[in-house]
Amino acid sequence: MKLALRHAYVLLVCAFALFPILFVVSAAINPLGTLASSDLLPNGAGLDNFVKLFGSDIYPFGRWFINSVFIALAASSASLLLSMFAAYAFSRMRFAGRRVGLLALLLIQMFPQFLAIVTIFMIFTRVTELYPAFGFNTTWGILLLYLGGALGVNTWLMKGFLDTIPKELDESATVDGATHAQVFWKIILPLVTPILAVTALLAFIGTMSEFLMANIFLRDPESKTLAVGMYGMIAGDGRNANFGMFAAATLLTAVPTVSVFLWLQKFIVSGLTAGAVKG
Amino acid sequence: MSLDVREAAEVRSTPRPRRELTTAFVVSRIAVLAVAAAILLYAVPPLVAAESWVSLTLLGLASAVIGYLYLTRRFVPAKYLVPGTLFLIAFQVFPVLYTVSTSFTNFGDGHRGDKAAAITAIETGSVRQAPGSPEYGLSAALKDDALVFLLVDPKTKQVQAGTADGLAPVQGAKLGVTGKVLEAPGYTVLKTQEAAARAKQIAELAVPTQGGLIKANGLSRAVEGRAALAYDAACDCVNGNGDTWKADESQGYFVNAKGEHLAQGWQVNVGLANFARVVTDPTLSAHFLGMFTWNVAFALLSVLATFALGMSVALALHHPRMRGTKIYRIVLILPYAMPAFAMLLVWRDMFNRDFGLINNLFGLDVDWMGGMVSAKVAVILVNLWLGFPYMFLVTTGALQAIPRELTEAASIDGAPPSYAFRKVTLPLLLVALSPLLISSFAFNFNNYNAIALTTDGGPFPADSPTVGGTDLLISYTVRLAFGTGSAQFGLAATMSVFIFAIVATISAITFRRTRKQEDVYA
Repeated sequence: MKLALRHAYVLLVCAFALFPILFVVSAAINPLGTLASSDLLPNGAGLDNFVKLFGSDIYPFGRWFINSVFIALAASSASLLLSMFAAYAFSRMRFAGRRVGLLALLLIQMFPQFLAIVTIFMIFTRVTELYPAFGFNTTWGILLLYLGGALGVNTWLMKGFLDTIPKELDESATVDGATHAQVFWKIILPLVTPILAVTALLAFIGTMSEFLMANIFLRDPESKTLAVGMYGMIAGDGRNANFGMFAAATLLTAVPTVSVFLWLQKFIVSGLTAGAVKG
Repeated sequence: MSLDVREAAEVRSTPRPRRELTTAFVVSRIAVLAVAAAILLYAVPPLVAAESWVSLTLLGLASAVIGYLYLTRRFVPAKYLVPGTLFLIAFQVFPVLYTVSTSFTNFGDGHRGDKAAAITAIETGSVRQAPGSPEYGLSAALKDDALVFLLVDPKTKQVQAGTADGLAPVQGAKLGVTGKVLEAPGYTVLKTQEAAARAKQIAELAVPTQGGLIKANGLSRAVEGRAALAYDAACDCVNGNGDTWKADESQGYFVNAKGEHLAQGWQVNVGLANFARVVTDPTLSAHFLGMFTWNVAFALLSVLATFALGMSVALALHHPRMRGTKIYRIVLILPYAMPAFAMLLVWRDMFNRDFGLINNLFGLDVDWMGGMVSAKVAVILVNLWLGFPYMFLVTTGALQAIPRELTEAASIDGAPPSYAFRKVTLPLLLVALSPLLISSFAFNFNNYNAIALTTDGGPFPADSPTVGGTDLLISYTVRLAFGTGSAQFGLAATMSVFIFAIVATISAITFRRTRKQEDVYA
């Protein structure tokens, strides 16, 4: 009875979650390929938009795809590791400046990186002169920039979850002679795998959708990410005519994120912590 | 706490026991040294070439500190904090501080460079063909791989070589019928195609003469021009065209007696002028309060709505006998997996009045983005759709970290589920999630994409064509600085500082309140 209510509620929310996506799917397989002719349910089916997308000379979609996935994977895993290190220190160690550090992280995060985009642009103009491999239109440059935001939200998130893992676990390991590095890699990391999976997913999605800074950084068509490239696709005159192509590209862009989610799904299991305490 | 005691005791009582050198220890230290050396090898030469001694010193210091930090056994917390902190400082803290310092300047279009650059720009910008000066026949040539102008005086047929250093006579040059130089000893005359390939270089070369400059006019003509305006260091002013513009260091402009200024200025420190402008400028300050109220409401409603929806679904799914959770989770996560920027644009088109999905589906004829209230509702609805899966994800994660024994114990003790939720589950959730909720508020306070890609700040009421009904401070700031009209980075930086101050204040208050529930500092 109660379960039925739960199902009904979740189904309702699922409908809310799905209907814009259904619209995109319909638009993507809509043979006419314009915004005006797109509807919630497909009014025809064809792969015309996909063929158009991959046959396009102006929009190197495949290249954008590779750029985006590489940047998102590298940035999310590296930033995850960085913030995990910091969360470990903040959660398990006591040192001078800890409280200030935590507050500073919270404060710094409130001043979003993109508010400083003018000065970031000026800094990277100089970097491009000195080290072209890390300058504008390069994957490495934008990776460095993304890592600058790594310590923000994720550190707080992971510190919150590290705090819920009983300290007795790593204390007993320390008593047994484990070093701080061994405690980190062998005890803490396996225990926070569920939240690591969630956070990795969030970081990946966030990076895939990052637009403002990528738009300024990546001007060269070959270096663009999906977000930057696809924005240009329906800018100006292309809005109505390219909508089908845009919807097709949107669907294909969702493929890496959805697959990462499915891949991480099995890590998000309950009871790891509870089991460890009982053991 | 107990960790402290252990470490402290170790230091005080016995001398640190000598640890044996394990393979892992040696390998990790060698790896640290190798990485540090590689970075130095790569980073140093360009800095030396650019003679950037300050950066070089910073780089050296940073490498030394890092090398020492990872080779010693001490400073364990720092070992974990330094990697992320370095990136944080370089790409977030430094740009932010740089922005704050920019907010006290007039940096922007017309004030980009320093005074010397402004003077050069004013003088070269005022160059006109000197009256009565000859139009030279131009042949581009190379001497030792450097571009040289071979200039033929149309009357005397004398040939001179012009470089950036000045003019020099050329002996024994052969002239063609058209008056161009065919060949000259010591010079390689460029053919037309070769010259065309270097058109940009040719256009940039300016040959100084007494009181003027010779510049190319196309590829085969060159004219001598004189600057109408000239800088006089003695009076720190610009003379010419029968007027005098005196340098005004407070404005960064050359200003004449009538108060008019030359277009090109330079970057100066303007103190608090930008801040005063935000508060007193009629177009800026008139709608500041209304915009601020909506901005707070938007952020607050976004957080509350997404959290309520996300948490309720997570709770509904968090039940041992719930079937199909895997499928539900995949469906619920889909809005988040979809590229946000693209879906914002899709939502905007769904709210379109004429062929939008919403109006079609419900048989309405509402101009969603045109009405003050409906636009606000639409924007929050879109933001709810985009944001609730995130709340669902983090709540699910937090719920899984709460031991089931706690809620089970509550139910065994006879507490009704709602009581157990209020007294056990919700407080524990908030312990883990309250920092996230604050961050989410701060994020939505500056959610530029959610506004810029849907309403673009609109609708714009008749009495305020620049401040729209859904404008956030950030979207307004960006339009002010980067919209139509000239870029005013100094003023934009000032608005950023205002936004920063507002968000920091709100967050500090919220943070104090939530702190009571937990020991985040403990």
